[in-house]
Amino acid sequence: MPADAQIKPPLWLLAEVSYACPLQCVYCSNPLELGRRADELDTESWLRVLRQARALGAAQLGFSGGEPLVRRDLERLIAEARQLGFYTNLITSAVGMDQARLERLVAAGLDHIQISFQAADRRTSRLIAGTDYFEHKRAMARAVKAAGLPMVLNFVLHRHNIDQLQDMLELSESVGADYVELANTQYYGWGLANRAHLLPSRGQLERARAVTEAFRARVGERMRLYFVVPDYYENRPKPCMAGWGRVFLLVAPDGTALPCHGARQIRSLSFPNVRNASVAEIWYHAPAFNAFRGEDWMPQPCRGCPEREQDFGGCRCQAYQLLGDAALTDPVCDRSPHHQLVLDAVAAAQHSEPPPAPLVYRNPRNARRAAGVTATTATRADG
Amino acid sequence: MSDTPVACTRPRIAAGHRLQWEAAQDAYVLLYPEGMVRLNPSAAEILKRCDGEHSVAELVAELESAFGQSDLGADVDAFLAAALQRRWIDAS
Repeated sequence: MPADAQIKPPLWLLAEVSYACPLQCVYCSNPLELGRRADELDTESWLRVLRQARALGAAQLGFSGGEPLVRRDLERLIAEARQLGFYTNLITSAVGMDQARLERLVAAGLDHIQISFQAADRRTSRLIAGTDYFEHKRAMARAVKAAGLPMVLNFVLHRHNIDQLQDMLELSESVGADYVELANTQYYGWGLANRAHLLPSRGQLERARAVTEAFRARVGERMRLYFVVPDYYENRPKPCMAGWGRVFLLVAPDGTALPCHGARQIRSLSFPNVRNASVAEIWYHAPAFNAFRGEDWMPQPCRGCPEREQDFGGCRCQAYQLLGDAALTDPVCDRSPHHQLVLDAVAAAQHSEPPPAPLVYRNPRNARRAAGVTATTATRADG
Repeated sequence: MSDTPVACTRPRIAAGHRLQWEAAQDAYVLLYPEGMVRLNPSAAEILKRCDGEHSVAELVAELESAFGQSDLGADVDAFLAAALQRRWIDAS
């Protein structure tokens, strides 16, 4: 277990202020349980979390969810955060925003808005989100730029929309985006449940890269493009969250403190809650935050691997999801004895026919169904 | 953004970017959408003066006087060119 002095302060706080969301995106990284609004932290608790995290040294703050705009106290949280010296990022679908709300967010001191788009057209947007807000998003993106804020557009890429990348980039340019994130789906939460539908083929991915390169060459620094490769197509794992408990702290709607978006599902760890402990106690002392710090926890082949300081053994949640043990090497690594699992998923993605099962949308009915499956499994394991 | 060489302008920190002291990192940082760069002391001293009021010549003279050095011009120009390329500053 690393000593206190070796643990650096968190630099990023992600405040997931609500799991509620008007969209039902099939790749959402949120847990399969939707959570209850009654369990959300109240305004005073969020203000306390902001002050404590800022005092530790966190400087970047993201308001996310779910959809953060469902919180009516968002402006108050932004105002306090800005006053504390945070750089405040709103990560939103833009649903729940109108001109008046945008003006209130700007007045509160918001530094930046990231708007997610599901596709470059209405039909595909509806397929992915289960509902249609495409024109609203486009109008709000224009309004954000008119209000003078820097704006990132985020497109989550997968096999149903990656072929319209050129249209996505033209859309982004037409609304004046400063940055565009072309983020291939990460297979966690609902994304993992829908993986067979979402993982693109190698050919799709190569065409997307070429389109990105050509567009980048044309627009230069005026609109920056970030292309995030799907890690299933890599042979080394991503340095997930820049390492467990090294930079990033997430507080979930109910106050659970996590080192990343996916960690909540790791049943072998018990995560602390900001209702019962200060952010400092959590960051420096919670066993779940110390579980994968340093190198003592590392298994073979990570232990002794010359690249362990670059990728930290990859993603703990991916190891847990695919192998059932969060302390194993991320199977994306081709040195993992379980790498074949990833190769099999990639091989299946080269086929053009869609899988027989339908897309699973993130909504209450499907969440209850997922919970039912979990409960059944648990009962069997217990019995 | 203009094509004017940085040296002929009064550079300022770019919109959406913020320079601030972070005690926890014992450094100045430049904050921008979803990102942050920790600055070395000389980069911070230059960026502190990118306020849209100092010309580059004034900025260099002020740094040379503050730190008792001469011939900082070339280093400052190189840094400003890199900062402009990264869009940390506007040089219009």
